[in-house]
Amino acid sequence: MSPHSRTTLSVLVLFCVLVMPAQAIVESKDIMPEEFQSEAEKQRFKELVAELRCTVCQNQNLADSNASLAVDLRREVFEMIQAGKTDQEIADFLVARYGDFVLYKPPFKSTTAVLWIGPFVFFIVAVSILIALIIRRSSAPAQPLSGQESNELNRVLQQAAHDTQKKADE
Amino acid sequence: MTRTLIPLVLFAILVGFLYVGLNLKPREIPSPLIGKPAPEFDLPRLLDPQSRVASKDLLGKVTLVNAWASWCVSCRAEHQLLMELAKNQNTQIYGINYKDNRSDALRYLQRLGNPYVANGHDLNGRVGIDWGVIGTPETFVVDKQGTIRYKQIGPINADVWRTTIAPLLQQLEQEQG
Repeated sequence: MSPHSRTTLSVLVLFCVLVMPAQAIVESKDIMPEEFQSEAEKQRFKELVAELRCTVCQNQNLADSNASLAVDLRREVFEMIQAGKTDQEIADFLVARYGDFVLYKPPFKSTTAVLWIGPFVFFIVAVSILIALIIRRSSAPAQPLSGQESNELNRVLQQAAHDTQKKADE
Repeated sequence: MTRTLIPLVLFAILVGFLYVGLNLKPREIPSPLIGKPAPEFDLPRLLDPQSRVASKDLLGKVTLVNAWASWCVSCRAEHQLLMELAKNQNTQIYGINYKDNRSDALRYLQRLGNPYVANGHDLNGRVGIDWGVIGTPETFVVDKQGTIRYKQIGPINADVWRTTIAPLLQQLEQEQG
């Protein structure tokens, strides 16, 4: 690559980085701390957006996401709080649009039953298997040693006794 | 024999779950709006800001409502197909121009063609939220009564059109308005 074309490329990249984002996105403003009317309201907002899931970046909650839609939805939640809506009404508003998916604590119904009951079922199955294994093991009759095994045991015991004696003598 | 089989069976189950997981599309969140009336909107038209396009304009015919933006790369990918549908299949496509600058959107349509009957200019994305738009492009199939019947998340491609949307439109055309 010639120095000249390299310069052109850098200018192009710079242009993309600096100018394009400004052009591309019609960004709405995030909630500023001073917009809250009280500490209690701020706290309520924080708790609400922490319990709501960002639909764009799915492993983040609404509080942590920087996606443009998350910013819009934070604004939406904020305005509903200002309008005196209850937490339930705010959750319903979002569920009506994006489904139970937006709730980190989805309601219990047929589509979410596996989600809620699943872990308990797994737990009960695991505990049952464990108990069954323990019972079987403790009730199993002890196997008598074979002739060779009891000889070996005697030899080890004698050796041990011998060693202890020797240590005591020293 | 069973002792050696148990881990093998467990492993097979695990593989089964992971294999299914590979093919799931976490972006495709089922929309609660399917079967519900299309959310109301009343927006300035993109091409003519003085007049408006509203949800009542959708009534009485089967329509596609396509949420798009000029900054959206995958919208470009489906644009050619939308042009084709509007021209040859006589499909009524309404657009929600989502969080876009008017001038950018107009330039986009000028360059790539305009498949839309009308476009609502949803500058602040408020209508997009009401429609549960997560990311452009998304396309809704709305029946004659104005009920949402299907939602496509991501671009429509020839395959989705042929197997899902085209048959649905045909079926909806038969229904009473």
